Amino acid sequence: MNPLRALCRVTVAALAGFALVARATDTPPRLGVDASPSLKTPASPSSTLGPKGFLSRWLLLEPIPGDGRVIDSAVQAAAKKEYFPNQFTILPRAGDKETVNGADYLWHAIDTIHHNVNLYHFAYFLGKPRSNVVFWGVTIIESPEETSGVRLAVGSNAGSVWWVNGQEVVSIYGDRQTSIDDGVSPKLTLKKGPNIVRFLVVQNGGMVDCCARFLDANDQPLTQLTQTLTMPSP
Amino acid sequence: MRRRILLAIFLALASTAHALDGQIGIHDPSTLIKCDGKFYVYGTGGTPLVSDDGWSWRAGTVPPFTGLAPDVIGLGHRYYMYVARNVGGQPKAEITLLSNQTLDPDSPHYKWENGGIVASTDGVEDCNGIDPGLLLDPTTGKLWLTYGSYFGYIRLVELDPATGKRTDAKFMDIAINCEASIMIFHDGWYYLLGTHGSCCQGANSNYNLRVGRSRHVAGPFFDHDGVDMMEGGGKLFLGSESRLVGPGHFGRYELGDGVEVFSYHYEADLDRGGASVLAIRPLLWRDGWPVAGENAKAGTYMIESVRTGTALELSVEGVPLTLGRRGGPPGPGGPGGPPSAAGGPSASPASVAAQPGPQGPAGSAGAAFAPGPGGPGSRPRPSNGPPIPPQDVTLVSKKWPEGNIATRMDNYLDQAQQKWTLSPAPLAGGYPGAPYFKITVAGTDRALAATAEGELTTVPAFTGAPEQLWAVQQLTDGTYRIMPKAVPGSKASLALSAVGSGLATLAKFDANSDRQRWNLKGL
Repeated sequence: MNPLRALCRVTVAALAGFALVARATDTPPRLGVDASPSLKTPASPSSTLGPKGFLSRWLLLEPIPGDGRVIDSAVQAAAKKEYFPNQFTILPRAGDKETVNGADYLWHAIDTIHHNVNLYHFAYFLGKPRSNVVFWGVTIIESPEETSGVRLAVGSNAGSVWWVNGQEVVSIYGDRQTSIDDGVSPKLTLKKGPNIVRFLVVQNGGMVDCCARFLDANDQPLTQLTQTLTMPSP
Repeated sequence: MRRRILLAIFLALASTAHALDGQIGIHDPSTLIKCDGKFYVYGTGGTPLVSDDGWSWRAGTVPPFTGLAPDVIGLGHRYYMYVARNVGGQPKAEITLLSNQTLDPDSPHYKWENGGIVASTDGVEDCNGIDPGLLLDPTTGKLWLTYGSYFGYIRLVELDPATGKRTDAKFMDIAINCEASIMIFHDGWYYLLGTHGSCCQGANSNYNLRVGRSRHVAGPFFDHDGVDMMEGGGKLFLGSESRLVGPGHFGRYELGDGVEVFSYHYEADLDRGGASVLAIRPLLWRDGWPVAGENAKAGTYMIESVRTGTALELSVEGVPLTLGRRGGPPGPGGPGGPPSAAGGPSASPASVAAQPGPQGPAGSAGAAFAPGPGGPGSRPRPSNGPPIPPQDVTLVSKKWPEGNIATRMDNYLDQAQQKWTLSPAPLAGGYPGAPYFKITVAGTDRALAATAEGELTTVPAFTGAPEQLWAVQQLTDGTYRIMPKAVPGSKASLALSAVGSGLATLAKFDANSDRQRWNLKGL
């Protein structure tokens, strides 16, 4: 985050007569997400949530070029743009491909070992760009029973839009860092069984990550949920 | 022209609260530090500022090695500066140690020595190795360095206080997604302050200072809501206010006697064209958390003793307020009275019976009470009346002596001799964060002054003499210490002090007593 930070600091230094030498970040390796210090390929069909309830298992689409703008209208415009068919309903499998403006992007299944999903790691270790891009993510939450009065609480760096079961529920904008529960949805009802959570993170530069969990009516995290990446057979 | 003058006065007053004097343009300032009687801060790109008093600042001498957001600490007989550089695209960075025997470029001992790189990040790991912040742990004597900037974690490493260099290669992650971190210690707690939000975008920067605390130097640091700073937690310490946008890069400075201030910058001072500027404010402590205090502001105040609850006033016979429709003003013989030039236990305003005015018995029932239905003499009943106008000091002061008038303390009654106006004294210097003030009886030029005997008096007109200049510093509990710049014929450093409940004098400041603590209550 903060793409202007380095630039402006360099400017400040230059104004003082001391130019700083900056060069582009080294070309990232294509080692795969398992080389990342925070992301791993899921080793089981489903996962339980930790004591703080963060959603840790996601299908992530390789970053798609964006315009890097993170003000409210730009993030909303990005969320309304059609990048690929059925982008608001698709439940991909790892390895599936989307084509955007003639370029192919693959879905990857990941587990994060931290509370946040480090999208910078994701892109870096796939050898993909990390600046001026958008990230799509989707996961399936299995709720043991219908649960009303819950809220989706998210954080992201930078702007993001989140959907639950196809309905946009929370958005956060601007040049910000990821803090837990930074954006909170209105009260929702989780259906018994699978519920689909989807996000779009709009990145300008620097760090990019996000986190999400559900809170109950007392602002306590929901932990009695499981996560999968495929819908159960009917 | 009058409107311009009023506007100029307004801007001067409005900018008094936080803006320092002189050349204060800086970005990412280091912690305020004092060396050989001068204050220094260093910013990104060098940009050092220097001050003789902490109030008026000027450009300093750029060190030979500069970079991003340095921090400086004095250890023994040396000063250690840690300065960062991005050596590739961020987050590939390194922090270099410089040291010097003095920060004064005019000293023959002024010579920066490069101690090498003490921390670095390789551009892949989850940390951007910039924004160093230092803590000398008062409980262990260990020296700690935190660093990091948005890209992943804030890291903690240990340094050798004898050399300023690393003790080992270990590091600990203690926070995430913030920058300009620094730790301070207070009353058994380690506090980690960091800056959230975006920087370097001028008036659009939403920088804000956040804090978490831990019983252990390595954390975990939780905010007041129990959120771990490793998950983005942080209690707001200071955000943007008024026309000052984006506070960041906290640094604590202890003035002694338990008085603390903190240095920082605003990303944009909208009254200075959006420039990034240095600021200094009092540091308070409430319920175990640091709180951003307020530098004394120009204005008219009741000056109330914390110890006694009584208010500082001129030692003159008070005049009851002009009464309302059922009271009426005091008669012509009422205003003023023989002043008690010597001060001391003269008649209090409350005990002085004003002369009857033409509309009724002054000094008896005021506007808040109307006669009962039985007519005069019956029990008054509460009722509203028209506002009672403020006392006109030009009228009630006519019987005040022309020479010096002593001061005393009494219960506050909104009378003219109890109202004091604080005004920054032009070109008189100051102290870290604020200028010296003249303290005058509101609506007059009669100024509070220290005497050679270490007492208080008021002189008929402010002359700018050092004994008429006052440092008004907020203490860590939010009350104020009021000290004359000088006491005639003395080098003693004294503060306004309550004696009994009726007298204010000057005495050595005692941080463990309420005697020198005062509330400024705006009028």
